[in-house]
Amino acid sequence: MGYFELMGFGPKGWGLLLAQATLMTIAVSVTAFAIGAVLGGLLAWARLAGGRGIGIAAETYVTVLRGIPDLLVIYLLYFGGSSVLTSVMRWLGNDGFVGVNAFAAGAIAVGIISAAYQSEVYRGAFGAVAKGEIEAARAVGMGRMLMFRRILAPQILRFAIPGLGNVWQLALKESALISVVGLTEILRQAQVGAGSTRQPFVFFITAALLYLLLSTVSGWGFNRAEAAAMRGVRRA
Amino acid sequence: MDLVFLADTFVTLLGGVPLLLQLTAISVSVGAVLAVLLALMRLSGNPLLDYPARGYVFVFRGTPLLVQIFLIYYGLGQFPEIRQSVAWPFLRQPYWCAMLALTLNTTAYATEIIRGGILSVPFGQIEAARACGMSRLLIFRRIILPQGLRTALPAYGNEIILMTRATALASVITLMEVTGIASKLVSETFRAIEVFACAGAIYLIINFLISRAIALAERRLSPQLAAPPAAPEPAR
Amino acid sequence: MKRLMTCAAGLLAAVVLAGSATAQTKDWSTIRIATEGAYKPWNFTDASGKLVGYELDLAADLCARIKAKCEISAQAFDGMIPGLNAGKFDAIMAGMNISPKRLEAINFSLPYGRTPSTWATTKDSALAKLPDADKVYSLVGGADLAAAEKAAADLKPLLKGKIIGVQTSTIQANFIEQYFKDVVEIRQYKTTEQHDLDLLAGRLDAVFASMSYLKGVTEENKEIVMAGPRFTGGILGAGVAVGLRKTDPELKEKFDAAVAAAIADGTVAKLSVKWFGFDITPKG
Repeated sequence: MGYFELMGFGPKGWGLLLAQATLMTIAVSVTAFAIGAVLGGLLAWARLAGGRGIGIAAETYVTVLRGIPDLLVIYLLYFGGSSVLTSVMRWLGNDGFVGVNAFAAGAIAVGIISAAYQSEVYRGAFGAVAKGEIEAARAVGMGRMLMFRRILAPQILRFAIPGLGNVWQLALKESALISVVGLTEILRQAQVGAGSTRQPFVFFITAALLYLLLSTVSGWGFNRAEAAAMRGVRRA
Repeated sequence: MDLVFLADTFVTLLGGVPLLLQLTAISVSVGAVLAVLLALMRLSGNPLLDYPARGYVFVFRGTPLLVQIFLIYYGLGQFPEIRQSVAWPFLRQPYWCAMLALTLNTTAYATEIIRGGILSVPFGQIEAARACGMSRLLIFRRIILPQGLRTALPAYGNEIILMTRATALASVITLMEVTGIASKLVSETFRAIEVFACAGAIYLIINFLISRAIALAERRLSPQLAAPPAAPEPAR
Repeated sequence: MKRLMTCAAGLLAAVVLAGSATAQTKDWSTIRIATEGAYKPWNFTDASGKLVGYELDLAADLCARIKAKCEISAQAFDGMIPGLNAGKFDAIMAGMNISPKRLEAINFSLPYGRTPSTWATTKDSALAKLPDADKVYSLVGGADLAAAEKAAADLKPLLKGKIIGVQTSTIQANFIEQYFKDVVEIRQYKTTEQHDLDLLAGRLDAVFASMSYLKGVTEENKEIVMAGPRFTGGILGAGVAVGLRKTDPELKEKFDAAVAAAIADGTVAKLSVKWFGFDITPKG
């Protein structure tokens, strides 16, 4: 069977399955990235404005998550997540089992890793906001919330775009690891295909091409976003 | 908490540390040499050298390491031509396949780090060196490389830590490093959380030591940035 | 900003709901069953992505007998027992053999299939001509066990220095560890399909796996052949059964009754002939 027949959409082709798997990769990466954005924002805030205790806790979180393999984080969440949730539910008086499916475990695992990286990006972006603007905002009597909403948040987001682009690419690539817990995303589908057709090269090279496609398209998107966000900024 | 079990697990997992360190050390050192070459190709200004290097970096940074490992391990093994070639005695062994994948991967990331380092050397210094009549090779050896590497060191430290984490992926092609042993222990004892947490602790300790070593190297390589010796306590 | 906050709140709610949606009370009107989907002909995935195989047909039959709705999903084999105990699913039907080590962690129903385990290698390998081909040795106990252990000892010099592939956390892996650890190099794989790829690539000298699985492989791929004696019972398990949590004895009762009924009326024999080409009904 030729390459295009094998990867096509015909009756013996794997095209449809791989296309579905690609959508799964996108879905799980986007969910993970969003979880990372919320948690990463909180972490950055804890390190910049929190008390000493909170700051140290947030810093420890970042150090630990950046120090242990992503594969271990996924294993831990997948196997450990539901026993923790189950005991919480028991404590609340519900003695049923609570399952974490591969999608949730994977998205949360990649999300909490991404949060560690995103918090660094937000912290850096905060540092890039001109201090004079904060002082000026205080001087005109803005409250903390108003200042965050009008002065800090828009600028932090703008300065964070290039860094977030990198972190997004990381999340996209880390999503491949979720294949080990059985989520049918690109790599898992390629493994299944490689096993049943005994043509591993064809399937893994196709998987590589799909990842390249996703990272190129999203990289282009982030560049566009950066250009749009920076359109009012004069640059050297 | 079953402390005896934790202690036993920890000791068993330590058996995987030599393999982990070998994989990291060899892939990072070979990768560094290759990365300097690729960085020079990128900076040569010659499109025939620049574009292949660009393509290499694009492909290896745009795809997940796990896909690269599968492609090299299962993908290449599919072809009889490769199985009869001189490379097969190496590619036959999972150890060398993992080493190859890790090396090729880190080379791509290190290329960009070193390129950034080299670009950071002020042009005035190069002009001055030219004015003194230094040859291109001498300028590279005496002016550009030492300063470029020094600037690149913090980012390179990060890359080494990322590689230590990445060696965990070698476990998926049957290598028994720390994560491989951990998976096997889990399948024997079914106690996932304790075993994976122990494994995580080992990676954290190793990465802590590596980051200390890099910080020490940074300080040694830039004595001008070190804090001045503390003034002696005034005598009372 | 308000929109951002709404998004964040919605996301958190979604995550919490995703967690709690699968919480269920134990009336067993629905049973979540895990299979592997990569272990032909027990369970595998066809080109349209559908799970098929002996255990899928049998599961449908057993669930009808229990009068429960069954949700079957594919899971990684080496995570199945922790996954079961963590409550990810309620039952395992994945070609999993009853073994003393597994019994420490989980419960099993009555077995619904038993096949011996044996060696497979490439057709031009020296190991293709291992002695005692087609002979079945029982490891259950007594004189049989002594004969089986002698047969294993006789194989040792022939296998010295060879690389043997097994699927990780299987009874076959336990068997090789117990009897051949000192003479062979053991490589553990996540799936049997992966060790087949490495056998074909020449990275392995032989694999040791269930005969039911190898039968399908050798029929499909003429490069791979079965070789040497077969072993069954004892460390190789009392048969394949439904894996269940120890805390769910009432579910075990239901599955025991259903399996016994399926064996009694010949459903197990009929389905196994359909998928394996021979009867795998456990006897005695």
